[in-house]
This record gives sequence, C-alpha cells and structure tokens, in this order.
Amino acid sequence: MADKVLMKGNEALAEAAIMAGCRHYFGYPITPQTEIAAYMAKRMPVIGGTFLQAESEVAAINMIYGAAAAGKRAMTSSSSPGIALKSEGISYLAGSDLPALIINVQRGGPGLGGIQPSQSDYFQATKSAGHGDFKLIVLAPASVQEMVDLTFKGFDLADKYRMPAMLLSDGTMGQMMEPVSLEMGEVKEYDKSSWAACGTKCEREHNVVNSLFIQPEELEKYNFERYERYAQIEANEVMYDEYLMDDAEICIVAYGVAARVSQNAIDKARAQGIKVGMIRPITLWPFPKAVLNAAADKVKAFISVELSMGQMIEDIELATRCKKPVLLCNRVGGMIPTTEDVLNSINKANSVGGDK
Amino acid sequence: MDSKRITLFAGHYGSGKTNIAVNYALWLKEENEKVVIADLDIVNPYFRSKDSEKQLEARGIHLISSEYANSNVDVPAMPSEAYSIIDDKSLRAVIDVGGDDRGALAMGRYAPAILSENDYEMLLVINKYRPLTPDCKSTLAVMHEIETACQMKFTGIINNSNLGDETDEATVLASVAYADEISQASGLPIRMTTVKENLYDKLKEKVVNCTAIRLYVKQSWAKQEEDLWQK
Repeated sequence: MADKVLMKGNEALAEAAIMAGCRHYFGYPITPQTEIAAYMAKRMPVIGGTFLQAESEVAAINMIYGAAAAGKRAMTSSSSPGIALKSEGISYLAGSDLPALIINVQRGGPGLGGIQPSQSDYFQATKSAGHGDFKLIVLAPASVQEMVDLTFKGFDLADKYRMPAMLLSDGTMGQMMEPVSLEMGEVKEYDKSSWAACGTKCEREHNVVNSLFIQPEELEKYNFERYERYAQIEANEVMYDEYLMDDAEICIVAYGVAARVSQNAIDKARAQGIKVGMIRPITLWPFPKAVLNAAADKVKAFISVELSMGQMIEDIELATRCKKPVLLCNRVGGMIPTTEDVLNSINKANSVGGDK
Repeated sequence: MDSKRITLFAGHYGSGKTNIAVNYALWLKEENEKVVIADLDIVNPYFRSKDSEKQLEARGIHLISSEYANSNVDVPAMPSEAYSIIDDKSLRAVIDVGGDDRGALAMGRYAPAILSENDYEMLLVINKYRPLTPDCKSTLAVMHEIETACQMKFTGIINNSNLGDETDEATVLASVAYADEISQASGLPIRMTTVKENLYDKLKEKVVNCTAIRLYVKQSWAKQEEDLWQK
C-alpha cells in the first residue's frame, strides 16, 4: 500500500515513460492531454532529458523520427486532431522501421470536434494512421494502472519489433485519478547498433535510416519483410482480458472507458440472472480474433460498446466471421454510454435471442 | 459550524479541492440561508463542480461557474457573476480555486476586496499520496507558489490524504505525521482531516478534527456507483 500514489492518467503515463527510459519528448499542447507535456516539461530537465515544445504537431513527430533514428527511446503525445497532423510522420517512422511511442488521448471529432472523451480514432489507429502498407501496435488502457503498464509495454514492443506503437487512450483515462504502483521491473535493452544512426566513430560503415527506395523490387522486399514481422506480432502479442465469460450467453466487447462502464452493467445484469460476460481487447492491433471466434461458437450474441459510430464492431464481425449477430451500443461527441445504456443493449440481445 | 463569510479552497491539483468545496457548501447550507459555491478553476477541463450543478441547485445552493465549464469551449474563462460574492455581503460563499499557482493566479483580482473585508478563511488542501507533494518540503513549496500567485495567505490546512478507492484506516493514519509537520512548519492549524464516511468511526478518536465527507462525483466508470445525492 505504501508504495502506491494517487495519479491522473496523463501524469502517470508520463512518469511511466520516464521510468521506461524515455529521455526525449516532443509535443504540442492540446486538451485533454496537455498534462503529459506539462509533466515532461517539469521532469525532463531535472533528469537530464529533453522536453521540447515544437512549433507544430508535424514538427514534433519529425523530431521523434530524429531521436528514434539515433537509437533513443522517444515519445510524443497529442489528441485526435493533433494525431491526424502527425500521420505523415508516423508513416515515415513505419517505413523506416523506427521504434517510438505515440500517445493519443482521444477527444470528440471529426474536425476540431470537442475536448470531451471519445474513441472515434479506432479506425485511424488500427487501419490508417498514415499512408502506405503498415501497422501500429495499438494498446488500449482501461485504468490509470494500465496507462502505466502499457506505456512500459509499448516502448518494449516498439523496440522489440522496430516499429511505432500507439497508446490509444481517451480523455476520461487521461483525466481520471486512481491509485497506481510505479514499480515496473527492469527495462529490457535492445541492441540497436546494426541500424541506428548514432555515430560511426570511423569504425564501421554508415547506418542509413530511410524510407525511400529507388528500386521497386527493393521496396516490395521491405514491405513483405515488414508483414512477416506483423504476422509474428499477431501470433505472439495479442492481449485481452476476460470477465465472467465461462457461462456467458452474451459477450460484450469493449475497450478503455467503455469497458469500465460495461463491467458495471454486467454486474447489474448478472444480478438479474442474465448470463453476460466481456472480452476486453487490450491490444486493438493485433486484435484478439481467435478468442472472439471461439466465443462465437458459445454465445448467442455480441455487443460492441464504443464511444464511436460503430468502428470496432467491424473487427468483431470479421473475427467472428459473422457467425452471431453483433449489436452496437454507443454514445459519441464527448458523451459516455451510461450503465443503463449498456443494460438496455444487454436486455435487447437477451430478449431477441440474438436477432439484430 | 464556525465559519467566515468567504471560504476558499486551494492546493496542488488533484488534492481534492472540488469535492471538499461541495461538501463544505452543503454543511454551510444547514445553518445559512444564502450559500453560493464558485468554481474558479481555469485550468482543468474535466471533473468540476459544474458536474454537481443540478444537485446543488436542488438544495438551494447557487453554483457560479464559467458558462464554458464542461462544454467543448476550451478557454480559461472566469464567470462574470463571481463579483457578486464580493458585493453581496449577505452571501456565505465557498470558492473552489484552480489547482497549483497557475489555477490560483485568477484569484488575484478578487484578493484586494477579500482582504479588505477580512472575513475569510483560505484552506490549503493537502494529499500526501500525490506524487509531487509527498512530503513537507514539496507541499510547502506549492503552498508558497499559490500564495504568491493569488496574493493571499492561507489560514488553515485540510488533510485530505487519500488513495482513492484503496484508502483505508492505515492510509489516513500514515498521513498524520505529514500533516503535523506541515502544520508546524507553516504555523497553520489543521482545520480538518477529511475521510470517507465508512472510515469515520474508526478514525474519529485517532486523528485531529476528523470529518466525514462524501464523494459527490458522478462517474459511471467507477467501481463505487451508488448515487450519494439520493441519501
């Protein structure tokens, strides 16, 4: 108990990044994630790191490219419209096989939208964070403790597979306060000497970090190689949590704040005798396809609870091969589904026996 | 309850000012006709006393807050109505000041009037379990930054040390020495040690001015979901 502190999601993840060895933070303020930059501005100078408020999001993501190319752990953070501005740089990171951690504390959209919480960047994060064929590892925390744990994990996976990772959070997770433990174990060091541009000391050939390839055959080769790595990640790095799934006849799929609300609704539905459980994806890419497909052979219906207009629902339908109906329970624009909203969907799924 | 006409709550952000201000306004209402609570937080976009507006108004407590609070307009705005606290001497007022020195800066414009009337109390809310105020030295630093920013001096301390849902008897007891040290170093009395109702009976004999508070925030994602406004 004594080792725990009470932290806001945003400041907890900032401290976790520092503990994971991140000494290079580049960002640009935007609500509801500005506490991350404010925390880094206070802490980085004290520990010999670099905090730099860039002139724009575009500049910040390219500073990340520079720090990552030099083999350093680097992080940037923003919220939805700011991440859209970073998308070109994210694609360059992926195309140059550079590890970095990108934080999206989502707010309502599209456009300037609003400052209240949202999950409407699911497609952006999991399908098209920029141009070209590439993936991001996408981690979705559902508590302040997971903001810490997944920040640590995100840096590790990014280094392990030499690719950018994203922590897909939302305004609620960023602003809420909960007790956390900051004990995260050893930071695993990865040997970056074969590719990082960190000075040859005239003792070796230059390492070149680049996403431009003159010959199409060569560019195709790198794309194929990258997708072999992605296949390994899909096989080895899927993370999810199950809640009361053993005897469940209805399966809720939800991540982040939507999973928190859903868990309360499940407890209430169980008290009424409805057998409902939850599979909570922790990695949104790689998506927990196998466990959902297996669940589809047992339950009569799924409910996708989202703060978006039906984005993750498409991945659920794909993963389950549309074997069972998937209902959508959603609020958007900065609104959060209430426990009653989710209960209504559970009752609907229960009474119609799974018919949409 | 012995209270001044204006009570201000300030402290490090996340120390629990807003919830204590709401509790305090409800206590004041038990003995006073006209009670207002002013949300002067210009920093925090989420979790504000505005969340409790309907419940407060239903109990006859008027909430003064920026018309932009809890909206999508992300500007640090002060409510024009705030001056009514200064002008209308028949009001009992609770002021929820924004966190840290940046939040307290906006208070400065009201300081000369509050100081000249000299019927106020300004309480420093402290929480040992916030990572940037874990000890006396760091808490005093925040205290002095706030005093400089709002041009007013604190008159007392509220020890609100807690770990959210995981707060137990030991959590509170472990904060007593911390609060005492701050009290001695600053010369300010500990006006309350605030604990959740379920811990009050266990702690009322053990800590100075132990006071039971309720967590008046609506969080559909929180584990504890009962609506305390119904009680």
